[in-house]
Amino acid sequence: MEEREVLLEVQGLTKHFVVDRSFFGRPTSVLKAVDDVSFKIYKGEALGLVGESGCGKSTIGKMLVNLYTPTSGKIFYNGVELTSLNKKQRRQYCKDIQLIFQDPYSSLNPRMTIGDIIAEPLIVNKVVPKSEVENRVNYLLNCVGLANHQRNRYAHEFSGGQRQRVGIARALAVNPKLIVCDEPVSALDVSIQAQVLNLLDDLKDEFGLTYLFIAHGLNVVKHISDRVGVMYLGKIMEIAEKNELYQNPMNPYTRALLSAIPSVDVENKTERIILEGDVPTPINPPAGCRFCSRCFMKTEGCDKYESILKDQGNGHLVACKLYDND
Amino acid sequence: MLLDVKNLSTEFYVKRGIVKAVNDVSFNVDKGEILAIVGESGSGKSVTSLSVMGLVRDPGKVTKGEILFNGEDLKTKSQKEMRKIRGDKISMIFQEPMTSLNPVQRIGDQLCESILTHTDMNKKQALERAIEMLRVVGIPSPEQRVKDYPHQMSGGMRQRVMIAMGLCCDPELLIADEPTTALDVTIQAQILDLIKRLRDDIGMAVILITHDLGVVAETADRVVVMYCGRVVEQADVKSLFKKPMHPYTKGLIESIPRLNEDRERLFMIKGMVPDPTRLPKGCLFADRCENCMEKCKEKLPALTEVPGEEGRKVRCFLYSDEVEADE
Repeated sequence: MEEREVLLEVQGLTKHFVVDRSFFGRPTSVLKAVDDVSFKIYKGEALGLVGESGCGKSTIGKMLVNLYTPTSGKIFYNGVELTSLNKKQRRQYCKDIQLIFQDPYSSLNPRMTIGDIIAEPLIVNKVVPKSEVENRVNYLLNCVGLANHQRNRYAHEFSGGQRQRVGIARALAVNPKLIVCDEPVSALDVSIQAQVLNLLDDLKDEFGLTYLFIAHGLNVVKHISDRVGVMYLGKIMEIAEKNELYQNPMNPYTRALLSAIPSVDVENKTERIILEGDVPTPINPPAGCRFCSRCFMKTEGCDKYESILKDQGNGHLVACKLYDND
Repeated sequence: MLLDVKNLSTEFYVKRGIVKAVNDVSFNVDKGEILAIVGESGSGKSVTSLSVMGLVRDPGKVTKGEILFNGEDLKTKSQKEMRKIRGDKISMIFQEPMTSLNPVQRIGDQLCESILTHTDMNKKQALERAIEMLRVVGIPSPEQRVKDYPHQMSGGMRQRVMIAMGLCCDPELLIADEPTTALDVTIQAQILDLIKRLRDDIGMAVILITHDLGVVAETADRVVVMYCGRVVEQADVKSLFKKPMHPYTKGLIESIPRLNEDRERLFMIKGMVPDPTRLPKGCLFADRCENCMEKCKEKLPALTEVPGEEGRKVRCFLYSDEVEADE
């Protein structure tokens, strides 16, 4: 595999939320939202991050854009560790990494016109001179497929898909390098989903963007990503090139997740793997492999021994005892 | 035939005008059949089910049509009679398991309530029945779980409780309004599997309302596709996915990201659903349609039988020149 430039790297990223403290203030129950996660995002790629609710995928996204402070672990941006940045560099970093939110209904201020919503980051960050702001807003609106005359309308006048376009335009306003897309299409109808996914794909080429694409469905991620990581209860279980992951899923959880997607192919129905039970709570998670309480290929020792991500060739990393040779 | 809905229309009277949420919709459900009603938001699929249940409230009103359940018209029933049917013969599970359960009542009590209302069991028997139903829907250690409050359960479990509640009185028809939309894929697979199993075991008929064509392909026997309050296509599940006829159905099926093929771009339906108070003249889908012809913008095509395919209907001028009579 050719050497690619790493844009962002996280090492041992961890986020714990203290749910309850003892009388003396010592934490007694800790929610391990993200637990020792490491991955790299290469320049110009789209990394998909998939998992069920509560697996910590959104928490990772929020840590990257500085909305949460990690409990431990390091984030390197262009090779520089974040905590070593001074105020000015930090500001640049915040500009370079933008977030598109899941819910287009609550992430836009209902009292601002969409023109103002998009202009705000331009003015705050002094991206363009004041006289240029209006042109720039028009340009951004056109980029996401909205018309100039819509800039004076309010968010409630738009449909879900259009609102999500406004959210995208707002993220694009400050010329970001990396956009964290936190389930951008899960609140939208199928026909609109396709429109927004295609738009994100086009913008990626046009602006030379890198995406971290968070979703709960493997089928949505498949279309837009180059590499895909699968998360379960705060851990990455498997991460690989897209085609490698979909054709040769190794971790039992990935296999179950793939087979759980309802298929529109009525002709050849495949036997589905139906997992038992629910995702356990991330508060004091089970010892050993996180997935072992629901795993259909559980062997002895899975509940004692935790696998770490190991390379199985071709950059296909898997954390599962089945593939531990030693 | 268990349920036969004929020419159902439901209208909402709002400030901006009249919204014809359901417009001249007919379909039927046989015993032990799973019928899926598919459509995007605003297509009228949920209002259709609420109309069947007699749950349409002001400013809405069922204006036209018949709802024949076992040959009796539900529209002519009084509120009191409907209350006997709801939860007993026909029951409904809602989309949001978080908001449809009473947060301050133990789930056992909530389950018992409908059993006590509709049967002559005493409290002890009702509780036993509730525990049995929880076991049927796959909740572990139901004896303890009946004492839980809804917030002590996960989303998947709450949805199971909703299903258990719907099944308490052995309904002949279960209306499931987006039963898996709020759930994760692995839990969704469990719930769909459960609905199919219950259909096989107790022969209950199901109306499955969803926007997810994947769910339809996995679960349903027959499909009704709705768009802007009207039925645009009706077919059995195999032929619908093998050969979708209406351009809207085609577009919907095409625009789903698939696992087994690689495409540069997803197919997309251009534009968006028209404003329900100002529906366009002619075919409702004309603005977004790739095969739009001159007459599509003038006249609304009728829902016509497809020759040679039993039970298949489509509303499009590509297949028939017939014009909808009431336009």
